[in-house]
This record gives sequence, structure tokens and C-alpha cells, in this order.
Amino acid sequence: MRYFPLTDTDREEIRKSIGIKENKELFADLPREKIYYSLQDFPSALAEDEILKKFKEIAKKNRYGEYLSFLGGGAYNHFIPEVVDHLSGKGEFVTPYTPYQPEVSQGSLQAMFEYQTMMTMLTGLDVSNASLYDGGTAAAEGVLLALRKARKKRILIAANLHPEYIEIINTYIRNLDYKAEIIGFDKDKGTVDLNELEKKFDDKTAGIIFQSPNFFGVVEDSRKISAFAHQQKAYAVQVIAEAMSMAFLTPAGQNGVDICVGEAQSFGLPLGFGGPYLGFMAAKKEFIRQMPGRIVGQTVDTKGDRGYVLTLSTREQHIKREKATSNICTNQAWCALRAAMYLTAMGKKGLREIAKTNHLNTAYFVKESGKFSHVNVKYKKNFYNEIVLEIKNTTLEDFTGKLEAEGILPGIPLNWFSPDMEDALLVNFTEKHKKKDIDRLIAAIGELQ
Amino acid sequence: MKKLPELIFAAGKEGKVGYAYSACEFGDDLIAVDAEHLRQDIEDFPQVSEVEIVRHYTNLSHLNHSVDSGFYPLGSCTMKYNPKINEKIAAFEEFSAHPYSPHHLVQGNLEVIKDLEEWLCKLTGMPAFTLTPAAGAHGEFVGMQIIRKYLSSKGEPRKIVLIPDSAHGTNPASAHFAGYEIKEIPSNEEGILDTAVVKEHLNEDVAALMMTNPNTLGIFEKNIVEIAAALHENGSLLYMDGANMNAFMGIVRPGDLGADVLHLNLHKTFATPHGGGGPGSGPVGVAAHLKEFLPVPLVDENKDTKQFSVRYFNEGIGRVKNYYGNFLVLVRALVYLYSLGRENLDKVAEDAVLNANYIRKKLEPLLDLPYKSRTLHEVVFSDKNLNVKTLDIAKRLLDFGIHPFTIYFPLIVHGAMMIEPTETESKETLDAFIAAMKQVLQEAAENPEILENAPHHTPVRRLDEVYAARKLIIKWQKEENN
Repeated sequence: MRYFPLTDTDREEIRKSIGIKENKELFADLPREKIYYSLQDFPSALAEDEILKKFKEIAKKNRYGEYLSFLGGGAYNHFIPEVVDHLSGKGEFVTPYTPYQPEVSQGSLQAMFEYQTMMTMLTGLDVSNASLYDGGTAAAEGVLLALRKARKKRILIAANLHPEYIEIINTYIRNLDYKAEIIGFDKDKGTVDLNELEKKFDDKTAGIIFQSPNFFGVVEDSRKISAFAHQQKAYAVQVIAEAMSMAFLTPAGQNGVDICVGEAQSFGLPLGFGGPYLGFMAAKKEFIRQMPGRIVGQTVDTKGDRGYVLTLSTREQHIKREKATSNICTNQAWCALRAAMYLTAMGKKGLREIAKTNHLNTAYFVKESGKFSHVNVKYKKNFYNEIVLEIKNTTLEDFTGKLEAEGILPGIPLNWFSPDMEDALLVNFTEKHKKKDIDRLIAAIGELQ
Repeated sequence: MKKLPELIFAAGKEGKVGYAYSACEFGDDLIAVDAEHLRQDIEDFPQVSEVEIVRHYTNLSHLNHSVDSGFYPLGSCTMKYNPKINEKIAAFEEFSAHPYSPHHLVQGNLEVIKDLEEWLCKLTGMPAFTLTPAAGAHGEFVGMQIIRKYLSSKGEPRKIVLIPDSAHGTNPASAHFAGYEIKEIPSNEEGILDTAVVKEHLNEDVAALMMTNPNTLGIFEKNIVEIAAALHENGSLLYMDGANMNAFMGIVRPGDLGADVLHLNLHKTFATPHGGGGPGSGPVGVAAHLKEFLPVPLVDENKDTKQFSVRYFNEGIGRVKNYYGNFLVLVRALVYLYSLGRENLDKVAEDAVLNANYIRKKLEPLLDLPYKSRTLHEVVFSDKNLNVKTLDIAKRLLDFGIHPFTIYFPLIVHGAMMIEPTETESKETLDAFIAAMKQVLQEAAENPEILENAPHHTPVRRLDEVYAARKLIIKWQKEENN
């Protein structure tokens, strides 16, 4: 076996050295009747060429790639420059552990420091951690951070948050002494119902978590929501599921948001059937000591030279155990590295251009689909790169089925998530859709009049 | 000597670009967002050319120690070799489908999930698995939630989780976030849990015991079967932390030892890379009576049609992560298992344990070994009787191109040095490590300043962690860093 460097002679020498005759003696503390069970049920080892063939065959059973897809909903198909795959694939980045010995980990650490810097620039907030698992768990950690910092027990959750994120938040807080309440949305605008927000806020409420652009793709009035939370001495937590929007829309910090969390898969990570992705968290400075996850700080060595280390570890589980701010240990460092590479490659100009292209492609569809009466874009203003499309003349199933037969996946049926959701499709456009792709979608929809 | 490159922000200059992507086909007249929502600038964001990006990160990569560059015996982290074929297959474009794709278009991906679940079930003796948890600690949290939901369904969730004093910090933190109080219980002079001590702590409030096996001393918890029976009699459950599964994969099944819940770390035992701190994957296996409490989504196979489908709703703990977990990590682990096959599954543990025992044998004359029980995958020495601290030894090892062992953990060992070589190291590498340790310990005796001032040959010298926490410079800023 090519992964085992010991030879039979080495093994014999080691056995002799440690004073045993056969390997079985290594496991003498294990229950004798339970060890060395039969492995005959497992498949036989495959050679490298056989493995390649086997997995190519499995991969070919996926036919998603043959379709023109407009699926989004928290997972977006953006272009990834070649430098990202090339550089992030280096063994020196792929195969180290968490940088516990900083003197031999400066590569990962400086890259994380640069990642943190770029995330603060994008969110307009003071501080960023080095990553969380994904958008949904980042939203849950954002809720816990607000509750901890406010020392209150109640949180409000906007109903137009990504439904998976709401489920994850519920799982995270269910067994803790906290209460969550849902705030509805304005059925005409698709945005948080500010009247209901006002009614449901009380002095026991730690804050509101809302998403912008929200799950329906609509930009919220973050400024108003934040101002309202602050009046109540509570916090505004903004979720961003489409990180690309940050380069096009006013940053969270500028709108007064206290904590910004979300999903940064759009920054250089492939769709990958949903993972690994990249959870992010940025916040105002006052939250730093309550934040979950790794944080990299700049320091000096004994010669006074610049270097980087993991810092504020007194927040973390290996020091604080059950009193830690989170149980998180291994998270998504390599994904954050890819994000740093992606953002560096795109740079200020590229990121802003691509972010705008996403919006303009979407706007083109909204304009063109306006000529149809059998479909309707529900929220025609202040969308970013995703829209809700109502189907008027047939069932959702019939509509998507017919388009699929044309080689098009037109969007995510919203009734998938819950019966309370709109009976419509969530349709996403990125820079990878060209005018001819959008025209093809329009034409195919036209055929269904 | 290798030096840190300048921060990328310092190299930025108006007019430099690092990408080329086809231009947008539409004009700004289509913008449908109110002006007040439009961003004006991203101040100080990088502006560099492609060659500068490549050199920046290539130079950064040279500052890292990694499994690909040398020995990495970080205890309880299982820093084994990460096969390259796994990376290639995980990058197959066909695997990178959208997670909300119609299921009939992603049958290959669902097959990967189901197949890996079956491998893990058979390897552990646990009847069902979820592959969604993103890392070991996430798996612990999920496992404890399952326990809580199960006990609630029986009447009440109970209050306390017992955790041995040798446990990793994630155990108490995870149990806490599942709503439990923690009661720490002592291990005995052999370094393991006594059945009698566990029994003393059992009462109607105890929900579960979290046991790492083999534990963080590299010792098998040999009372596990008895302890499991005592727990079950008390209506409590046994959570087994399988972070150290590399010690006995293919040798014994945790399900046969009485574990009710088990998590594995694919980024340890199953050879997926650590990536400098993730992404990992922490699948959770459960006993038959806990199956219905697994998180969603769940993949089902119709054995007749060979078609796979997905369940999004059940009576379980709900959702713990977006989509299907860290899917591309799952692909890597499955490739690894097929590469091993039945011929090699038990050889992993055998070689890993041989290597650890060889290191123990060679270093035992030089270092204090606080627990003398039989060593499995790792061995823990103490800095007792030395005139230098564990930290100094660790820093000096860096000068030999060796990543040090885990230090100061477990907490029950004074100045712990926790050494886990894994099965993917040659005897020559072990001998070189042993020789380096001998030299370092000789230096410690003769000239301890060499250690206290170490490392000497790394890109930076010993870093001031206190300064970092006090100054708290956690991002680049134009004024501060220029």
C-alpha cells in the first residue's frame, strides 16, 4: 500500500524493539472477543487507475452540468480565476493544521490577516473573524453573539431570512434559555414588516436578525432597521447570503448594522453540491471579546520583526471549555484563504464590475419578462441578483418540468421550503449568464404562454 | 532566510488589475436599485496584477510547515498524509452541482453520500450516520442534541453530562451549547476511567457520559463495555468521541463497545486535508434507537430502482448546517476508503500504533512518562524532571524542520508533550525525530539558552502572543501600517 512507508522488515524491527511478537499484542487492552472482526464484507482495494475510473462513472451520473441553471438560494455560480485553484491547491496551504506553531505558519496566518482586513472593508465594520462553517451556522452564531452581548433572552428573526438559516438558528438556540420570534414581511414589497417589528420589540429583546438582500433577493432598509434596534438599546444583525452583493450595495457598517454574518461561497468557492463553503462574521469593535472562532492578530518576534499569531484565545473552548463563546475548533480556514485569493485577484475594480453585472443581468430579465402576462416578477424594485417569479397560467411543477425538458433549470420552487412560502420560483442571475442565455430563458418562457 | 512578504494592500496601485472577465452586455440605465443603496467605493481594496498575486501567495506558501513538507506529529490531530488522487477526484466538475438541483440530476452525488454512510456504518458498528456536521466539534454538538431530543422523547432531557478530566475542550463546550451542565470526573492513575468512579456519579440527572476512546493519553478506555452497561442501566447514554479512531479503525467497532453516539473526524482518520484549520467533516453515527433523531437532510436509496431521494423533514433535531455538509470533503474520504480496501483497513491502525510505541520506547529513557498503560496511536510525555519547559523544546524542534507535538494538552499532564506519528511516516523519519529529540534534550542539559531563544532558523523568531492580545491589531490599516 503506497500510503504506508513501513516495510515488513521495519515492522519486524519495531516489534522487536518494543518487545512484542505479533501486532495483535498492540491491542491487548481491547476486548479480545471483539477485535479483528471480519473485513471480508468490504470491497477490495482499488489501484489508482481503477479509482479514477470508478469515480468518473459515479460523477457522470450527475446530469446537472448539462443544464442552463438559474438556481441560487444561497449557493451561487460565479466565475473563479485560475490563480485561485492553482495557488490554493499548493500542499503548503492544503496540508497544515490550525496554526498552533505560528513561527512555521506565517503563510496561512498572514493570508488570514489579509482575509480579515478585506472582510472588514467589504462589510464596513471594525473587526472580522477568520471564518465560520457556512452562512447558516454563521447566522446562528450571530444570534448567539447578540444575545450574549446584550445579556437579554429574546431575539427577533425576519421571516424572509433564508429558510435553512432559520432552521439552523432554531436548532442552535433550542436548548438554551433563549426565545426567538418571527417577524413577518410586507407581501407587496417583500421586505421586513417594520410595523410588526416595532410592535414586537420590547426591552427584553437583544436584537433583530434580518437578511439583505433577503431570501427573495430584495434589498432591505438596513438603516431603518438598525436605527430602530438602537432606539431599543438592541442590536441589528444583518445576514448576507450572497457575498457578491457587498461590492454593489452600501456596506452594513455604513447603515449602522452591529453584526454582519453570512455566506462567502461566492468568493472563489465552487458550488460543490453545497460545501465546503465559507461562513463569515464581522462586527463593531465592542463585540470582539465575545466573538466566536479564530482571530489572527499582528505581533512582533524577539527581534522586533512583524509576524502573526492566533489571538484572544481566552474566548475559545481549549481554554474556557464550557464557558467558551462557542464550541467551534476546526472551521473553514482553507475556504477563507481561497476567498482572500479571489478578492485579491478581482481587486477593487473587478469585484465592483462583476457585482454590477450580476444586477444588470437580473434587471435585463425583469425588463424582458415584463412583456408576458403568464409570469410576473413579484418584487420589481431594489432586487440584487435574484427575483421571485410568479407563474400565472399553470402549476409550478408543470412550468419547471417543461423548461427542464428544454434543458433549463429556471429556479428554486419556493414551496419546497415550507407551505407558507410563496408559490413561485426563486430565479438567480450571475455574471456567468450571457445575454444569449437570458434570451434563451425568456424565449422558453414565451413558449409556455 | 525566507521573509514575510509585504501585505498585499501595500502593493496596490490604481490601474493594476489581476483578472479578465468578459464585459457586461447591459448599460447602467437598467439599474433597479435606489441610489441610496448603491455602494460608492471599496476603500483601500487590493489592486495588483496577476504575477504579483502569484508571487505573493507562492512566497507565503513557503513560510508554512505542512504534512507535504515534513513530519507533523501533532497529537490527537492525526496529521497523516493526504493522498493527491483524492484532491483530483474531489475537483471533478460533475461533482460540483448546485445543492438545490432536482434530485434526478445529482444521482451520483447522492450515491457518494449513501455509499460513505454505509462504509462508516460498517466500520463503526453504528446503524445510521449523518454526514452533515462540518467538523468534530460540530459533530459533538449534533450528537449531544440527538441525545437531548431522545431523552426528551422519553420524558425529560436530564441535566448533566459527565466528562473526564482528560477530555478535549470542545466536549464540555459542545455539551454546554446543547443545554447541559458539565460535571468533570477524574481519571485514575492508569489514565483511564474507573467503572466505580463513573457509577458514583450516576443519578437520574445524568444524561450522558462523553468519552474519548482511545483517550487523549493514547490509552484505550478498557472499562468502556462495563461503563456503557452502567450508563444504560441508569437510562443514560454513552457518547464516544471518535477523534482518535485512527488507533483502531478496522480492529474494533465502537458500536460493539456500547457507544450510543459516535462522531468521527474525516480530516483525521480518513485522510482529508486540514487546510490550515478546515474545512473538516464530523459525521455522527447513532445506535438504532436514536436513528429517528438524526438531522436533515437524509438520503434514501430505493434498493429496487437504485434511485436516491432526499428527506428534508423528520422528527429529528432539525437542520444543523446548510445543504449536505462539506460534500467535497466526503468525496475525498470515500476515495481514501476505496484506495485502502479490505486488505488495508486494519493495517492503518497497526502501523500507526507500531510507530507510536516505537517513539515511546526510544524516548522513555529520556522523558517522564506519567501514565504507563499500553500506548495506542499516541504517547504523552511530561516536562517534569527537566530544566526546560515543554514550550522551549517545541520551539527548538522547529529548527530541525519538525513540527512539534501537541503541547500542554491533556491538562492532567504537567507540560504535556503529546506525540502522534500516524501510519504514514517511515522508520527513517521516526529515527530522525528521535535523534532530534535526543539532541534537543542534550542541549537542554548543557546549554538551555539555545532552547529558550529558539527557534533560530524559522522565517520569524519566537512571536510575542501577549503583545498580540494587548495591541489587538487584527486588520491592516493605512495609517497604522505605513
